[in-house]
This record gives sequence, structure tokens and C-alpha cells, in this order.
Amino acid sequence: MQEIIRFIERHHFIILFLIFEALSFYLIVNYNQTQRTIFLDSSGKVAASLLNVSGSVRSYFSLRKTNDELSRENAYLRTLIPEAPINPLGMSAATEPLSPDAHRYHPARVINNSINRPNNTLTLNRGREHGIGDEAGVISARGLVGIVSKVSENYSLVISVLNTKFRVSAKLRSSGYFGSLTWDGKSYQHAVLSEIPAHAAIQVGDAVVTSGYSAVFPENILIGIIESFELEEGEGFYDICVKLSVDFKNLTYVEIVEKVSADEQHTLENELIQ
Amino acid sequence: MINDYLKYLFAFVAYVLIQVLIINNLSLGFYINPYVYILFLLILPVEIPRWFLLTLGFCTGLTVDMFMNTQGIHASASVFLAYARPFVLSGIAPRDSYEPGSLPVPSHFGFVWFFRYAAICVVVHHIFLFTVEAFSFNRLGPVVLKTILSSVFSLALIMIIRLFAGSRKKRS
Repeated sequence: MQEIIRFIERHHFIILFLIFEALSFYLIVNYNQTQRTIFLDSSGKVAASLLNVSGSVRSYFSLRKTNDELSRENAYLRTLIPEAPINPLGMSAATEPLSPDAHRYHPARVINNSINRPNNTLTLNRGREHGIGDEAGVISARGLVGIVSKVSENYSLVISVLNTKFRVSAKLRSSGYFGSLTWDGKSYQHAVLSEIPAHAAIQVGDAVVTSGYSAVFPENILIGIIESFELEEGEGFYDICVKLSVDFKNLTYVEIVEKVSADEQHTLENELIQ
Repeated sequence: MINDYLKYLFAFVAYVLIQVLIINNLSLGFYINPYVYILFLLILPVEIPRWFLLTLGFCTGLTVDMFMNTQGIHASASVFLAYARPFVLSGIAPRDSYEPGSLPVPSHFGFVWFFRYAAICVVVHHIFLFTVEAFSFNRLGPVVLKTILSSVFSLALIMIIRLFAGSRKKRS
């Protein structure tokens, strides 16, 4: 017994070192296997409120750019509206029931963002308090951004497209062939589209959009355009390099998308009646 | 005594905040990710108990992990740096070893000495950090490039921060 105690005493430094390393690697491995069990992350209270301050300072520097994008999006959305008569009281929204596969959009601001790591994440200033649920989609005016992975009271943590764990079902807008989009960690402007069959006719410049097969994103959200593609001899599928439409380096305002399910629709309508 | 604890607590908060609020927002490119929070571990007294050094390393790493959502990666690298620090210090000890109560800062041993010390520590930390990062994602390719470029920037930033921090306090 004394031997053991003396041994620990003599080698306490290396033993403690090994214990701490084992603990760290346990955390790393744990995170890699089950991506949804981060117990320390930036949606926590202290970290998030600090990042919120720095995010609001940073957003001032991109105000002009944000304005440009918003007015462009406004113009685009206006072209989508059929010649509807102007309704000064805004009553139509209340009388028309929401269809079960309609989507609800919440605006949110990015308070923390990264692009140069293998697993990039965003933190948004909207959380459960604002009606955000797990597995909501995140888009910006320019296209697909990511998926909400964890929600706290006032903040939410988003797995961005620039994350080796991100995967989304995507299709070619022109031909409708679909495959899956992942990120290979090489550049913050490009992602990889795989599983497009070799008999599909594709061209550089074709738009890649969400397929709408997942419950998370609505159909036809722009992801990017095809920059280059390769078909290896004897392979049945293309390797496609997609240039992402979202500029992750300058991302300030995004929208969180949620599908309005039947239950939610009822509660919503009841709220309107009362 | 209490004063010293407060001083180091302040340094811890300051360096971690500089890291997560300023440096992480710089986006200098894909290969340049400077990490200056390790400065806190560098300036702890030479005679600090080694178990305490390891514990502080772990806590520092975890705090940064929390802000960056990189569970465990920075913790492991900081613990490794804390483990290596006594060896680095004895490797570059002055001729008649360290006086009791000396701090590994420029005002005690001069800027050239501190530069060497910081350079070794930064490289040790960054090699470990980027290797762990790459291993957990199966991509070893850019590790070397990332380590070299990031180390240069980290070291430059650390020297700049120390220039400001050390200018007021002269050795008594």
C-alpha cells in the first residue's frame, strides 16, 4: 500500500497529466460520435451574452452590406407576389388558414461564427423563448446556412454547411436529379455534391438547391452553383464541386425556418380567435 | 498574496476575452488561426506547483472550448503545454538557474529570452492542437502549414500583448 502511495507521490505530475488528457480525449471522442451532446457550448448563458455584445458591435461594420442585401431580397420577393390587391388592414393573413406544410420564418442575428475549423458552428440570438425548436433550418437571403442543433433559453447553436457533420439532400434545379451535399473541410466557399448518377446531364453553372425531401428545409432554397465536376472511369456517380452562394465570412442576419405542423396550426389559430 | 491571485485572475479573463472576442473574429484565412490565450499559462510563476499548473491548463482550455464549441480540443492542447512547460523552462534556464520568486516574463529575463521561451511554447501547443484537430477529423494534410503560419501570428500577437502588459510593471 505504502509502495503505491509513494509511487503516486513520485509520479503525480505525469499521472495527473494523463488523467487530464484522458478526460479531454473522452470529451473529443464523445463529441465526434454523438454530435448533439455538447454540454459546454456557446449557447450557454455567460458565453452567449458576451458573444452577443461582440456580435452587435461587429454587425455595425457590415450595415451597408446588410442593407444592400435586404433591399435586393425585398425586390426579389416583390416579384414573387402575384398582382395582389393591396390590403391596408392586413386581414387576409388571419382569415386564410395555414397549410400544414407551410413554413414559419424567424429573423435572427449571428452573434458568433467561424469558418476556418473542421467543424464550424454559428450562434444565433434566438432561442426557445422565441419559439425556436430543435432541427430547424437556417437560411439567409443568399441561400442555405445550416441546421439548428441545440437551443437554449435565448440562444441557439447552429451546425453550418461548413461542418464535416453537415449533410443535406440537394438536387439540381434544371434536371431534378438529387444527391447529398457535404463539406470536405477544404475551403469555406466550396462543398461537395455526391450521388448524382452518371447519366444525368450536368453543366458548370447549374444551380444546386434543397430537394425538399427533408422535413427541415423548404424546397428550392439555393445552395450554390456547380463549379466543376468529375466522372471517374467506371464510376456510377459524379464528384461535383459546388460553389456556395452564401458568403460565410460576412454573415450577420439569417432566418430560422420551421415547418408548421398540424398541431401547431391549431394552437396558432386558437390564439388568433381568443 | 491575495493581490497576486487577483492579478492572475485578471490576466486569465483578459487573455481569454482577447482570444474569443477579438482574435477569433479576425478571420485571417484558412490556415492562420492564432491562439494567444496560452499567454496566461506562460506567465505563471516559475515555481508554481506542477499539479496546479496542469489544473489551470485544463480549465483554460475548457473555457476556450466553451466559447469555440470545440469540446475538448483546446483542453487537451493546453494540458499538454502545461505538462511541457517545466521542461521548457529548465531547458532554457539561465546559467545559475532561477532565483526564487522569479516570473517568466520579459521584465525579469529580457525580451530575447522571453521570445525564445514563448516561441517554443507556442510551437509545442500548436503542433499538439492542430494534430488533435486533424486526427479527430481524419485530415492530416494541412497540419504542418497551419502550425507554422498560426505559430508565427500567435507569437507576434503574444509579443505585442506583452509589450503593453509589461511596460508599467518593472521589477522591484
